[in-house]
Amino acid sequence: MQFGIFSVSDITRDPVSGETPSEAERIGAIVRIAQKAEEVGLDVFAIGEHHNPPFFSSAPTTLLAFIAATTKRLIVSTATTLITTNDPVRIAEEYAMLQHLSNGRMDLMLGRGNTAPVYPWFGQDIRQSLPLALEHYNLLHRLWREDVVDWQGKYRTPLQGFTSIPRPLDDVPPFVWHGSIRTPEIAEQAAYYGDGFFANNIFWPKEHYVRLIGFYRQRYAYYGHGTEQQAIVGLGGQAFIARNSQDAKKEFRPYFDEAPVYGHGPSMEEFMDLTPLSVGSPAEVIDKTLTFREHFGDYQRQLFLMDHAGLPLATVLDQLDLLGAEVVPVLRKEIEARQDPQTPAAPTHAAMVKARYGDQAPRQPRPNANRGDNVTGGSPYQDTVAESRPQYPNL
Amino acid sequence: MNSAAPEPFTVVVVSAGTSDPSSTRLLADRVADRSCELAACHGRAVTSSVIELREMAADVATALVSQLITPRLQTAIAALGEADGIIASTPVYKAGPSGLFTSFFDILDDDLIIARPVVLAATAGTARHALTVDDQMRSMFAYLRAMTVPTALFAAPEDWGDPALNKRIDRAAVEFVLLMESGFASQIRDASWENYQHEYGSAGGTEVGIDLDTDLMRLATGGPAA
Repeated sequence: MQFGIFSVSDITRDPVSGETPSEAERIGAIVRIAQKAEEVGLDVFAIGEHHNPPFFSSAPTTLLAFIAATTKRLIVSTATTLITTNDPVRIAEEYAMLQHLSNGRMDLMLGRGNTAPVYPWFGQDIRQSLPLALEHYNLLHRLWREDVVDWQGKYRTPLQGFTSIPRPLDDVPPFVWHGSIRTPEIAEQAAYYGDGFFANNIFWPKEHYVRLIGFYRQRYAYYGHGTEQQAIVGLGGQAFIARNSQDAKKEFRPYFDEAPVYGHGPSMEEFMDLTPLSVGSPAEVIDKTLTFREHFGDYQRQLFLMDHAGLPLATVLDQLDLLGAEVVPVLRKEIEARQDPQTPAAPTHAAMVKARYGDQAPRQPRPNANRGDNVTGGSPYQDTVAESRPQYPNL
Repeated sequence: MNSAAPEPFTVVVVSAGTSDPSSTRLLADRVADRSCELAACHGRAVTSSVIELREMAADVATALVSQLITPRLQTAIAALGEADGIIASTPVYKAGPSGLFTSFFDILDDDLIIARPVVLAATAGTARHALTVDDQMRSMFAYLRAMTVPTALFAAPEDWGDPALNKRIDRAAVEFVLLMESGFASQIRDASWENYQHEYGSAGGTEVGIDLDTDLMRLATGGPAA
């Protein structure tokens, strides 16, 4: 099982010091946080995507490429990449590039985004967000698997004889997680393609997640990708840890009370009672996290939100020390002991390459020469299959 | 059909009264009691329960500003969702149903009480606000597609001693019981549920299941957008 952290890239005033970090400070901090995640033995770092203040992550692949360059083992990912307001062609290109630069140490999570004004900034309409997301992903899925794509749809201009470059590393597309809280169509799409499903698990009632994950598992099996137990599920969560339970609550309370996401509402205790939020000693965080698999089944990836609500960098780094030294090793051990032996590991690039090629060398696309017109044509690569003929329109 | 005694009607009273004792609650109780008596005349029992919004005001406010539904609120909402009939009673504040009353209904899924018989009741310190029920409450329940009984109940201080109020309560109770007996709500559920919009996991979610035969589902599995 993989453990890691995610950040939504918020720039939030520290309610204790009264200071708001600058964008530059937060960007520097997130790089340090990602590197620290690897240092303390975590597997994954994921970043969100936003296009308005008070966030900074408008260019996730740029950030993740930098992090990949300065780490050795960490898997970089997103939470989430916007599948709605991004052009799927650009997602295909940028994330394939990231995949090459990180030597496969990446994957991505797709989400729709719920900030209404962002849609018209990118020429879209939030009321169409679901069909938009579904159509966009259908295209992205093809762009990564077909050297030459002819495509027509409702939400993007048509493509004729188009090749998305670079081709995925080893011609194996990045693994995709689909994030949703309440939308069965997203779970269905994830199941249809044999992709992963991620529940952010921040707010409950957990009945929504339980049902949707159950539906995804059922449909994953229906589409022949494996048994329900073999479906690929990830969960989010939030934690604040201190050696001693009382100290954790005391230290985190001022941050909780003013946090944009849940401040000025119910008490921290009420929140802890009713949601996956864990504020306490390592043992308490471990115990609470171990209950998740009882509701959702055995799963492949657990991400924690650790840097939000204005926590200063030093505190987040301390949190990571505790997470990496005291919490995750125990979770690894306990979950391995408890989980069903049928449970698959989270997909990695190496495993997907092995599954596809066995002992053969992976495909390394080598382009044919530029014909002088800078256009792909039917055979962009030396080994492009002959059937990929573009369908040009009759004029 | 077997010849065993039919199931009792479950009636849920929602009262936004803030005092104890409360005239808002009293009015709702009078309707509930009268409905009980009338149903008994037709050989039907009634089990009724009460949701006192005063006791969960903080839960309502919490649910409004965050996505947190406390267990107590969850229980109340579930009871409402299962009710055969609802009696909704509010005090009039600032010439309309109280904020607590409307906030509670704001939180509900839009499809929770479709076609459900509802008695609308309000109390105020003066008869000048008598139209609150037909004007403001009826229109909110119209949005929820509830089956509000034709007779609106309203009591100002001078009405409590007036036999005319009892006559109106009687009238509303007859309408209410007949609507419950007709089985209208469950017939709509059987005949026409999919014609209403439902959010995943809302009132329709648990029984109806996920519909795979839609354009969006076809799009999700690689089909065309149009």
